[in-house]
Amino acid sequence: MTDSAQPSSAPHSQWWDVWRQFKSHRGAMISAVIFLIILFAVMFGEALWPFDATLIDIPARNQGPSWVHPLGTDQLGRDTLARMIRGGQISIAVGLTAMLLALFLGTLVGVSAGYFRRLDGILMRLTDLFLALPLLPLLLVMVMLFREPLSAAFGTETGIFILMVSAIGITSWMPTARIVRGDVLALKEREFILSARSIGTTPFKMILRHILPNVLSPIMVSATLGIANAIITESALSFLGLGFPPDFPTWGRLLFDATDFLQLYPERVIWPGLAISLTVLSVNYIGDGLRDALDPRIRGR
Amino acid sequence: MLTFTIRRLLLAVPTLLFISLVIFLLLKLAPNDPMAQVPLTVPPEVKEKMREALGLGAPIHVQYYKWLVQMFWIEPQVLIDHMTGSTFAEGKLRVISWQTRSPVMDIVVQRIPQTLWVVGMAYLVGVLIAIPIGIYSAYKQYSIFDQIGTFISMIGYSVPPFFSGVLMIVIFSVLLGWFPSIYDTTLVVDSWESFGKQLKQMIMPVMVLALQTTAQISRFMRASMLDNLNQDYVRTARAKGLSEQVVVMVHVLRNSMIPVVTVIALGVPAIFGGAIITEQVFKVNGIGQLLIPAIQANDLPMVQTLTFMFAILIVLFNLIADIMYGILDPRIRYD
Repeated sequence: MTDSAQPSSAPHSQWWDVWRQFKSHRGAMISAVIFLIILFAVMFGEALWPFDATLIDIPARNQGPSWVHPLGTDQLGRDTLARMIRGGQISIAVGLTAMLLALFLGTLVGVSAGYFRRLDGILMRLTDLFLALPLLPLLLVMVMLFREPLSAAFGTETGIFILMVSAIGITSWMPTARIVRGDVLALKEREFILSARSIGTTPFKMILRHILPNVLSPIMVSATLGIANAIITESALSFLGLGFPPDFPTWGRLLFDATDFLQLYPERVIWPGLAISLTVLSVNYIGDGLRDALDPRIRGR
Repeated sequence: MLTFTIRRLLLAVPTLLFISLVIFLLLKLAPNDPMAQVPLTVPPEVKEKMREALGLGAPIHVQYYKWLVQMFWIEPQVLIDHMTGSTFAEGKLRVISWQTRSPVMDIVVQRIPQTLWVVGMAYLVGVLIAIPIGIYSAYKQYSIFDQIGTFISMIGYSVPPFFSGVLMIVIFSVLLGWFPSIYDTTLVVDSWESFGKQLKQMIMPVMVLALQTTAQISRFMRASMLDNLNQDYVRTARAKGLSEQVVVMVHVLRNSMIPVVTVIALGVPAIFGGAIITEQVFKVNGIGQLLIPAIQANDLPMVQTLTFMFAILIVLFNLIADIMYGILDPRIRYD
């Protein structure tokens, strides 16, 4: 700053700065690699692994780890690794979709409340009321009540998927809404918004062009937290026996099924539990790194 | 301060009414029929009568009103009767479980002590562990202790209780055989031996719940201490020659506790929610264990009452947190 005659480095974009700061957070970098590996394994694992998740092979049931079945087989002889891959697909898909829904709702409510003063009071009261709802019991009740009609309407897998995603999305948009509203309120006082308004920008364009790009960083941080939250919630519901039916394994469901054999085959609970924990842990660390990287006050240091 | 408290109290009433309406409507809109399990040989007109006897024939707002009366007027009367031996509620219709045909509240009252005992103990343990960790990791920021603390609390955040609980069962019950995996609620503590048994069976559920609490509260404690450690008044305290211990443990700690205390109060309802899963893992027959079978058996009055009780807990502790914040930090009382 003081020595202006000598530029320290070539000019670069804001996102390059963010990436450099993110790289310096060691935990976040390691987690990003782990998360990408998990994502890759789940997406392409099914094509690479010879066993099918639903193939029943009774003679090979209840096997321990071996070269043919690296994670063993379950009580019907289904390969655990194949089921883990299939389970991961569903768990991560639910996590990502529910997060997107929650982000959409949260951003919608947050931006409307922050930008339009008339909506602020009522929307924030609504957010407070939603925060006061007992979420886990309500989720359980919602799943119980709507699983039959939805699986009848869309088929079992799609029906339950829609139910899970909407139930989790509807009950987890509130933190995003609050954070976004706060940021929008602060942004509204800035000069560039005033100048944009003075040339006659319509509110819709204003939000799309000027407000949303500037609240992207809190949205990205709550996106990572949202994935973690959605994966845990889905697994919790499956664990309580109220998630996907047994033919569609998710990590939570696999853990739930494995607890029946806890005394005999204790190793079977480890794999799905480890997968959930590792995914959530890495996502949380990425969120931590992103928060630091996107905060300009920290980035300078 | 009084007007602040009263205003908060008044705000809690519409919140509770809204939540009760949401829960009520959610259950009413549900496309299922409590008469579904009645045998087909029962003629339709008899079924209709049974439905009316359950109060299902009336319009929705009448049903809602009746439920409110039962919940807020008759049940408190029963409580007063129970405590003083009076007969206010005699002959009045209470909320009846469809599973057991007995008043829901009677069952809930039987189950609550187990939940309170395990959850309360877990929360206490968690807070007691979290606060010193938070203080020390803030004081020695970026030290090895702080790094390890951050990592452990990250794990506490990320490992869900249904995995940490099951993992503990695998390690300590199946492999080592130290603790029982099932919580025995019939155990009566009347000697040192049974006290030891009680202690043994409580360790695992308490530790699982405490891990989550510790993770969250130690982070908050650390952040709050860090905010305060760089303030001017800390420099003043050091400059006037106070010992390091007095500066940190009296001046800084007092001010950092303000947000932490409210976080502790706000965390209580969440831990009750988490207890649903932990109770399921360790087979503690508390209210969480009551909820799951009730949901599976379509026992709507039971589900409604339990969900609403969780809501009351949340609103109550939000209120406590608000009022405590007002007491601790005079700047908050903007009246």
